[in-house]
Order: sequence, then C-alpha cells, then structure tokens
Amino acid sequence: MVYQNVVWVIALVGMGLVALGFLYIISQVGRPADADAVRGINRRSARWRLTLFIILLLGFLGASYGTLHSFPIPAQSGPLAASQVVNVVGRQWSWQMSIEGQPAGDTLHLVTGSPVEFRVTSADVNHGFAIYAPDGRIAIQTQAMPGFDNKILYTFTAPGKYMVRCLEYCGLGHAPMVTEFDVTNPTGG
Amino acid sequence: MATMTMYPDDERLPRGERAAFNLYAVSAVVLFVLMMLIGLVMRTAQGEWMSVPPNLFYQLLSMHGAGMVGTMGMVTTAVMWFFLRKYVKLHLWAFLANYLLFLLGALCIIGAVFLGGYAALWTFLYPLPVHAMAMWSGGAAAWFLVGYLLIGVGMLLFYLDAAWAIIQRFGNLGRALGLQWLFGGEIDPNHPKAVVASTMVIIANVLGILAGAVVLVLSLIDVADPQIAFNALVMKNLIYWFGHMYINATIYMAVIAVYELLPRYTGRPYPISRPFLWSWAASCVFVIVVFPHHLLMDYAQPRWLAIMGQIVSYGAGFSVFLITAWGALTNIHRSGMRWTMPSRLMVLAMFGWAAGIVPAILDGTIAINRVMHNTQWVPGHFHFYLLLGVLPMALALIYHVIGSREHAPPNSGADRIGFPLYLLGGLIFTFAFLDAGHLSVARRMATHLPEWQGTDHMGAIGALLVVLAMLYFMARIALGLLRANPDARAAHPAR
Ligand SMILES: [Cu+2]
Repeated sequence: MVYQNVVWVIALVGMGLVALGFLYIISQVGRPADADAVRGINRRSARWRLTLFIILLLGFLGASYGTLHSFPIPAQSGPLAASQVVNVVGRQWSWQMSIEGQPAGDTLHLVTGSPVEFRVTSADVNHGFAIYAPDGRIAIQTQAMPGFDNKILYTFTAPGKYMVRCLEYCGLGHAPMVTEFDVTNPTGG
Repeated sequence: MATMTMYPDDERLPRGERAAFNLYAVSAVVLFVLMMLIGLVMRTAQGEWMSVPPNLFYQLLSMHGAGMVGTMGMVTTAVMWFFLRKYVKLHLWAFLANYLLFLLGALCIIGAVFLGGYAALWTFLYPLPVHAMAMWSGGAAAWFLVGYLLIGVGMLLFYLDAAWAIIQRFGNLGRALGLQWLFGGEIDPNHPKAVVASTMVIIANVLGILAGAVVLVLSLIDVADPQIAFNALVMKNLIYWFGHMYINATIYMAVIAVYELLPRYTGRPYPISRPFLWSWAASCVFVIVVFPHHLLMDYAQPRWLAIMGQIVSYGAGFSVFLITAWGALTNIHRSGMRWTMPSRLMVLAMFGWAAGIVPAILDGTIAINRVMHNTQWVPGHFHFYLLLGVLPMALALIYHVIGSREHAPPNSGADRIGFPLYLLGGLIFTFAFLDAGHLSVARRMATHLPEWQGTDHMGAIGALLVVLAMLYFMARIALGLLRANPDARAAHPAR
C-alpha cells in the first residue's frame, strides 16, 4: 500500500464531503422558508454544528495521537544506533554521499532490513534531500541546511535503484540536482 | 440589527474614495491576469508544450509568487477598507499611501526580476539571494528586498491608521475583538463583524510585517557583505512567520465581504454570536503561532515547535468549518437567494476555503509532510483556497460595487458563462496540482520528468480556462467601474 495513495483518498473523501454539504444547501436555496421555518433551520443548524464539533474534535484527537505518539522524526541529539551511517552534503548543484568511515566517490550500496542514518547538511544554500523509491514515490525527506545536521533514520524494505532529488529550490541547477544509490538484500544473512 | 439594504448610504463612495477604490480594483484585476498568464506559461513549460529556459522560468516563478501574494494583499486591503470605514474614521491618505507604496514596491520587484534577473523566489530564503551563481547580482537582490520593504511600510501605515481609528471608537483592540463577551455578558448585536476581523488582522499582520522587516534588513546586510553569516534556521523561521501571516491576512481581510454582503443577498440576518467571537480570538492566536508547519522537514527545529505546528494547523480548521463556512451555509439554506455574480462568488469562496483546508491540514501533519512537503501538493492546496476562495471574495465585493452603480446585482449572460468557466478551470487546475503531489511531483522545478507531464498538461488546460474567464472578468470590471454613473443610485431593499 503506497502511503501517498492513502493520503490522496483521505483528501478526496474530505473534500467530497465538503462539496456534498455545499451541493445540498445549493439545491435547497430555491425553496424559501417562512419565519417559522427559519427558526427551525437555525435551531437544527446549532444542534448539527455541535455534533460536527464533537466529531471533528474526536477525529483531531485521534489523528494527533495516531501520528505523534511514536514521533515521526528521530531524536537529533545523540547517536541513533544505526548499522549504516551515510554523510550527505548538498551544494549548488550536486549531492555528495559517503558511508561513514569510507572514502567518498564510489557508488553507494545500502542494504534492506536494517536502519540507515543519513546525516544531511549543506555547503551553501538550503536544499531538500528527498529519497525517491524505485516506484517513483518519495520515501522520506529532510532539509539540507547550512550550519545544521538533519538526521533521517530509515529502514529500506524494497531493493532497487533509489533516486535523490533536491526538493528545496536552490537556483538555476535545482531540477537536475540528482544522484542515485543502490539498495540490495543483505547477502549471507 | 444590521441593515438589510442592498446598497446602503454609508457605503457610498464619494469622489476621492471612488477613485481610490477603482485604482485598487482595476490594478488588481490587471495584475491578476498578468500573473495568471505567467502561471500558464510555467505549467505549459513544465509539460514541454513550450520551451522556456530555466533561468527565465525561475524569474517568472519569482515574479508570479511575489506578484500574486502582493496583489492579494493589495486587493483584500481594499475589501477591509471598504467596510471598516463605515464604523471607524479612516483617513483616505493612509489608504492611498498604501497604494502608492505598493506600486513603487511592485516596480522595484519587476525591475529586480526582469532587468536584474532576480530568481530567488518570493520567499528570498536566506542565503540564496547572495548565492546566485551569476544568475543575478547583489543589486538585483537588494532591489527585490527593498520592494518588499516599501510594500510592507505601506501596509503598516494603513494598519496603524485603522488601529488608531478602532481604538478611538472601541477603547482598545481587545474590546474591538469582543474579548469582553467571551465568557458571558450581553453581546452588542450591532458590534460589527468587520471590526472583529479587521482587528484580528491588524494584530497578526503588524507582527508579521515587523518580523518581515527584521529579516529583510538582515538579508540586505547579507547582500552588502556576504561574509556576514546569520543562523539559517532562525532566518527561515522569521521568513515563514512573516510569509504565513501576510498571505493568511488576505483571507481574513477578504472574508469581511462575505460577512457584510451575504445577509443582503439572502435577505436574512447573520447575527454576531459568542462562538463567532471565540473563533476569531482563537484564530488570532493560531495564525500567529502556526507557522512552524512550514518547517516540519527541518529536523534541527526544536521538537515542540513541530508539534505545535501540527496541532495548531488542526485547530485552525475548526473555525473555518464550524463558524465561517457553517454560518454562511445556514444563512443561505432555504433563503430563496437569487443567483447573481456576487452571490455565486460568495458561495464559491466559502467552498474554496473550506475544501482547500482539507489538503492543507493533511500536509500540516508531520508524518504526511515527510512525503508531501515541497511536492505540488503544496501549491495544490494554497491555490485551492486562494484561487477558489480569497479571489472570489474580493471579486464578489467588486461585482457588488458595480451592481450598486447599475442598481441591480450583475448577472449578464456573459457573467453566466464566465463564472462556470472560472470554476471548471480552477478545479481542473488545482486538482492537477494535488494529483501531482500525490504522485510525488516536485514543486518549483523548471523541467519535469516525462512521467510527470500528464499532470502538467491538465494543469495547463485548467490554467488556460481560468485565464480566459479572468480576462472577461477584467474587462467587465474595468468597464463596470469606470463607465457607470456614480451618482445615480437609490436605496434598494434587500433581494
Ligand atoms: Cu534545489
């Protein structure tokens, strides 16, 4: 199940419900109510509004708990205990990625199933470090900001060729600012 | 109770006021058409139906962003002025000074972009303005920043005049917001909603503009001496605090038109209430503290700021859904309202705002932001409530003013074609963005992968329809405002 598709469905359902509410009211505009009926409309409107308030409040509390109780961003201070650490530096307009303790320059190889830490920074302006999965969808991202290390902790589940794209506008070479790396299943494990 | 006269005498535009209002309205529709044409060019270029070199693309993107945000601010200021002047004594010079400074600022920005090649976008995100890699000079960046400063000073002048006038009449800003009635007491039924909304905007946007002034001056210092380094995270917080409040203020200024005009078109009172006051008091706090939802992918940001950004984004939805949209729908329900341009535009505006909030709130969720941030999901949701929400609110007032000169709400045959064209184009255009975001298409890229271009083509088609409708609106508004005999008017009963 692609995460983006779930979000897309939630958005369409939510916007669709708003649209239905408007279409219902629009369909009723041409049936003018007399003074008595208006009082009834106002009374029912207040009651329905309270109902909607409670529904929204419960949804809001549920969604907050569901999306925050295990916080989606790893703690940024202290070690993340990842088995693979990748240092990432963005600059106008290229990415430099190297496994901690190894010389830079070689094509990067990572493995599935164990958490990888990406330490992301920038040598000049703000960039956006986004990892695109082999299916073309964004898997995870963070900002690459001069003077700061933003740490991603991510466990790859699918092997394949991953693309890195810059998602923060950084000047003329922004769109072609890409690189790639391989993810394979661990061998002998 | 509020007056139910369609064109009440206290909304008359005497000579000077009429000229000022016409200047704002006509300049705004002309600028909107130009900025929309730029948008159409960009969507067409991304879909490779047209070739635009990347440097020009990013100049156009900078112009489009700054131009749209600035024009929205300008025209919605006119909405606030139009209604607020009925309740407090505003000075025409402040309103005109704002216009002149806006024009001067716009000229600086246009020069910076098209003569100087400035292309660091409307957000001038530090330190990009001084890292142009030969695309533009420090001078061009400085002109752009000075343009913003001029526009901010103009707006500040207008707000200070309005704040002074409000304090003269209501004693202080808290009483104008109606805080004394939050926990009890008899609410004055004649307390104007326009004053509540204007006061909220003044408080929030004065803070925003001051934050903007600080970061603009710091950026200018950086242009003067690029060796000076500021904390990039602090600069980004300031920029988004300013940017968020500035663009959101346009919604809160524009919605005054709906509060004031809707009951006249439905013929039914739209009374002020305690939930209404609560919603505006809460929105005032929310709009000031919600900006960290723009920095959810800055992991170095303190965790509590990110959590606040998400929670407050959710909270901000309550007043939109439960007070403004719900109140408007209740007022319309079985009202027998006639469909004319102002009433159509107001219903569209309420829909655009309420529906556009849905993808916005989703994106304000940290876990979702990880895959939607800086994709076209973002322009998808803000175009939804700017194009289908805020702009229709401002157009509703302008059409209403045209109606006051023609003695009846405008509803020509061409209007009845122009409106659905705008609606259809707007829906195609915004859903193309949202669909692209769902497909992980990056925003702000001059060139797109072949597999992304289907959404670009849909966006370009939608944009073309919107431009056609807007061209018609522009002609209709310019002729309607400039041609009609301003003195011919009579009091008309509602509906
Ligand atoms: Cu970039």
